[in-house]
Amino acid sequence: MKRAIGVAALLLFFLAPLAWQLLTSFWPDAELTRPLPSTLTLANYAGLGGTFARAVLNSLIVAAGTTAVCLAVGASAAFAIAKLEFRGRSLLLGAALAISMFPPIATVSPLYLALRAVGLRDTLAGLVLPYASFALPLTLWLLTSFFRELPDELYRAALIDGCTPWQAFVHVYLPLSWPALATCAILVFIFSWNELLYALSFLSTPSKRTIPVAIALFAGEHVEPWGQIAAASVVATLPLAVLTFLFQRRIVAGLTAGAVKG
Amino acid sequence: MKSARHGAIMAAPAAAVLAGVALVPVLAAVWLSLHRSIVVFHEHRFVGFGNFHFLLEDGRFWSALRTTAYFTIVAVAVELLIGLPVALLLHRGRGLLRAAVLLPWAIPTAVSARMWAWLFNADYGLLHRLAPRVDWLGSPWTALHAAILVDVWKTTPFVALILLAGLQSIPEDVFEAANVDGAGRARTFALVTLPLLKPAILVALLFRMLDAFRVFDAIYVLTEGGPANATETLSIYAYKTLMRSGDFGYGSTLSVATFACVLVIGVAFVRFLGKPAR
Repeated sequence: MKRAIGVAALLLFFLAPLAWQLLTSFWPDAELTRPLPSTLTLANYAGLGGTFARAVLNSLIVAAGTTAVCLAVGASAAFAIAKLEFRGRSLLLGAALAISMFPPIATVSPLYLALRAVGLRDTLAGLVLPYASFALPLTLWLLTSFFRELPDELYRAALIDGCTPWQAFVHVYLPLSWPALATCAILVFIFSWNELLYALSFLSTPSKRTIPVAIALFAGEHVEPWGQIAAASVVATLPLAVLTFLFQRRIVAGLTAGAVKG
Repeated sequence: MKSARHGAIMAAPAAAVLAGVALVPVLAAVWLSLHRSIVVFHEHRFVGFGNFHFLLEDGRFWSALRTTAYFTIVAVAVELLIGLPVALLLHRGRGLLRAAVLLPWAIPTAVSARMWAWLFNADYGLLHRLAPRVDWLGSPWTALHAAILVDVWKTTPFVALILLAGLQSIPEDVFEAANVDGAGRARTFALVTLPLLKPAILVALLFRMLDAFRVFDAIYVLTEGGPANATETLSIYAYKTLMRSGDFGYGSTLSVATFACVLVIGVAFVRFLGKPAR
């Protein structure tokens, strides 16, 4: 009984605000002054139009691009850290951990000037590398701890069969590592999808805004369009809700990997 | 040492990216902080520690530092206090319950802050209707605590999941032994569960403190630092100085100061409480 009350309180606290937002998204604009709507409408969704669809597309591009770059450079580096002897490998892992704790505001000004200098300010491509500053450390830690758990014998056997270390990585280890790659991809995608500070600082053209920027700067002509904001929020949340329910186990495992080993 | 050369080559791209987007920019920010640099006026000259002298006299900086520290301490304390019972509930719960709790963590902070801004809305917000006398975002004290509430809602799931992982790593027979020895539930929790959970608690504490200290999204969306700068944190002040005033010299000084604070927290943690495993 006590447990049931606890679970109910927990669900109320975490889900009721989301439920209210969902209800608001179907709430006719003219009725927002009433305690509850008398009818429900899709007008708020219809009113979002092309600008917000564009923001969804922009977020998809940036998040997918960041995920691709991080996995491409992160997987081979993680394999090298886990299985090959080279100088500076623990330094690299330590540096990645330290970098993941940098406050992003610390790098906004130089990154802004650098992106402007190479003509990438106010472009979606210009967000991908700055996003790697938080996404790549995560990739390295997750994949290194995964590769460490795969047996070394595979590596030695591959060498005996005439593979180079690179071939051992590509042909022996990579095919075994898709679960870890998937976990990593989901987390990097979520973090990139949600990022606000860099996107807000580097993008100025409204049609290039990502979802968090579009939501943060969402404004009506005279009054705050709460119904439309709610509809936009639901659209922004939906892909994440699907990811969360489908891959809950993976996300939890990835987030807490190594956190409890002491 | 063929493997060494291969290893270095395979790790090089990642090392280059990390250096290029994080290490070099931090050093560049330190360099910028020694300049007077106003982008629109094309003004850029070396002023040594001039900005840092100004920083020490800048009341708005100290106020932002106090606000950030208060936000961090209160938010993280509440998150740990709520996160522990949530973890205990999740421990015996189903996957569906875990996914439901994970949802606030997964959605963008900007989205959740807008959602709460509507709940707090001074005309028609649900919380305003339930407690009409409270002006949630309109007065300095409530606005700061409203921002803390949003942070608690959003990140308690993360704390709970770290603690849950800690709980799951404790072998069942430890609890059985405590039971056989006649320890009640409260004593088992205080004398067995809590000490064994300490590493997980420390990890959650470290990650959350560093994360809360750089808070930007929730406050930018809720109040932009208002009313009367009551919710202005270091990241918000630095952002406004950089992007609104275009003052890249002093803005970088504020960024570097924020970075230094985070560094102090991180080093203090590792020094006094032992090395976190990740």
